Amino acid sequence: MLSESKADTKPRHRELGLSDDDVIAMYRQMLLARAVDERMWLMQRAGKIAFIISGQGHEGAQVGITWPMRRGQDWMAPYYRSIAATLTFGMSVEDIITAHLAKGDDVSSGGRQMPGHYGGAPYNIVSVSSPVGTQVLHAAGLAMGAWVRGDDSVAITYFGEGTANQGEIHEAMNFAGVHKLPVIFVCENNGYAISVPLAQQVAGGSVAARANGYGMPGVTVDGGDVLACYAAGREAHARARRGEGPSLIEANVVRMTSHSSDDDQRRYRDPDEVAALKERDPLIVFSRELHALGVLTDEAEEALRTEAKAEVNEAAKRAESRPEPDPSRAELFVYAGSPAEAR
Amino acid sequence: MTELNILESIRSAMDEEMDRDASVMVLGEDVGKKGGVFGATEGLWSKYGGKRVLDTPLSEGMIAGAAAGAALYGLRPIAEMQFADFVYPAFNQIVSEISRMRYRSNGTFELPMVIRMPYGGGVHGALYHSQSNESYFTSTVGLKVVAPGTPADAKGLLKAAIRDPDPVLFFEHKKTYRLFKAEVPDDGTVVPIGLADVPRRGKDLSIFCYGLMRTYALEAAETLAREDGIEAEVIDLRSLRPLDRGTILASVKKTGKALVVHEANRFGGFGAEVAAMIAEEAFESLDGPVTRLAGPDVPGVPYHHALEDWFMLNPTKIVDAARKLAAY
Repeated sequence: MLSESKADTKPRHRELGLSDDDVIAMYRQMLLARAVDERMWLMQRAGKIAFIISGQGHEGAQVGITWPMRRGQDWMAPYYRSIAATLTFGMSVEDIITAHLAKGDDVSSGGRQMPGHYGGAPYNIVSVSSPVGTQVLHAAGLAMGAWVRGDDSVAITYFGEGTANQGEIHEAMNFAGVHKLPVIFVCENNGYAISVPLAQQVAGGSVAARANGYGMPGVTVDGGDVLACYAAGREAHARARRGEGPSLIEANVVRMTSHSSDDDQRRYRDPDEVAALKERDPLIVFSRELHALGVLTDEAEEALRTEAKAEVNEAAKRAESRPEPDPSRAELFVYAGSPAEAR
Repeated sequence: MTELNILESIRSAMDEEMDRDASVMVLGEDVGKKGGVFGATEGLWSKYGGKRVLDTPLSEGMIAGAAAGAALYGLRPIAEMQFADFVYPAFNQIVSEISRMRYRSNGTFELPMVIRMPYGGGVHGALYHSQSNESYFTSTVGLKVVAPGTPADAKGLLKAAIRDPDPVLFFEHKKTYRLFKAEVPDDGTVVPIGLADVPRRGKDLSIFCYGLMRTYALEAAETLAREDGIEAEVIDLRSLRPLDRGTILASVKKTGKALVVHEANRFGGFGAEVAAMIAEEAFESLDGPVTRLAGPDVPGVPYHHALEDWFMLNPTKIVDAARKLAAY
């Protein structure tokens, strides 16, 4: 799987146009996403956060595919596991923690939405809701906006393989395919829609295979193979910018935690299966690859881990000191005008 | 002033707004080359091109959801539902997403968009081309809901809806499309959302209505004046949400009697909100029961003309209800 550094062959990441610093930055982003995710679980267990929905196991796919997206120019319609994706697209660790703590000045919702419902107007990240799949139509609409205006802007959206069965996914992909809209559909297939396995969710077993019916390429990538994910994201992004239309990327990832803090996967997942997940942990897989490529040493990795932890610690401290929401403001932002005007 | 019917007014409003603002676009089924199944978008496709007047696949959820995405991007989309009866695949987008985007993002995202919907019966459209389903949306916080009854209001309110920073559902009674012509200002007049119109003053009772019912209520009021000497005040609500409480309450305080008329079925219909508001806030002025005249509680307008006539409100039914109320 890895290119041995022979004199006449470029290392794999360089073939893709990535420098050593780039791949280290990607790995660092994954470590940061994992560190903040783990911190959320701790804070949930400590009673500081009511609910957490995790992205552990999805980081490689999210960072790799999102990496080519241009901050401030492209658009993102994420979903509730998109911690690594939103971080890669510009949200800060503090933003993520603030959203979980539902603080009054939280950029996602000012404490109005449940944890995991990311969003941020300053980052071109659309606010997430809970009915799954709705965001995929927003991404198609954002891409339509760029297409109507003639702008060089690409929309990307993410969803699980369970969500892939919603009618809105079909509507969005068909529409985007008809008009060759600049949008990237990313299905993060972790094999489970809460407790229901892939075989009972996706007829034929492949979401990517559906792309053919929508007139767009559908590729399947191993979500542990960060560089393959990057290559797929880069090609989809370039294709959208060339005016050739949408792409569907299905990344096979692992869900390393229960569906959420309200779920216990031991009720429906085999213990051996859960134990084996570590082997497919994208952080471990990518770390091995970076070591093999000779761009990461044990010492450097340790430093990165320490750095990520420190960043999360500091961000958590700052986030916790932020103001709570003020109920006297709960009637604001129903309509553009004042609450009284809109009655 | 130009004499226009309601359909022409709607087309003219979209044309003027698209001409004025390059971010305004139209999307929906058959809105392009064909100009819409009712002809509301006729001429726009050839004038503004196939991107700004976009024929979509037959996917109402997509029409609403993509309009929302385009609004997030900075456009001002006007989405057309071919019939209000077919909006339900878009219900999730309208209720879960479009109505709540501003609130759930703490005011950082907004969706300036319009969803136009032909509604109402009396055109042999039966259960699925006749619905008056406005109350699903008037009960959804975050949406504005408008239902004009005259050409001037159709044009002025649609212009206001397109410029509004919030999502507006624009209900067009399809039987009124070509029902009559009336003078419409040529000067780009915008009719603000949230204000009722009082096309007829009267002292004996107040009739609250919107859409096609404005025409019927005015006809009924003339009959009442001629045959009974009853002077009815007719209040065309025009904007269902926000609702012009001030005008409603002032009228009831004057007449002491309120008749709320709508074609949508009675149970839980929009009239229930108007009636409850009057009962709560004008109780001292009431001189008779707040009365609703509404479509019957059957699942839809039945097809055969005898059945449809049975369902539909008309001036005679309004006169009868008004006489009973006036007798108190």
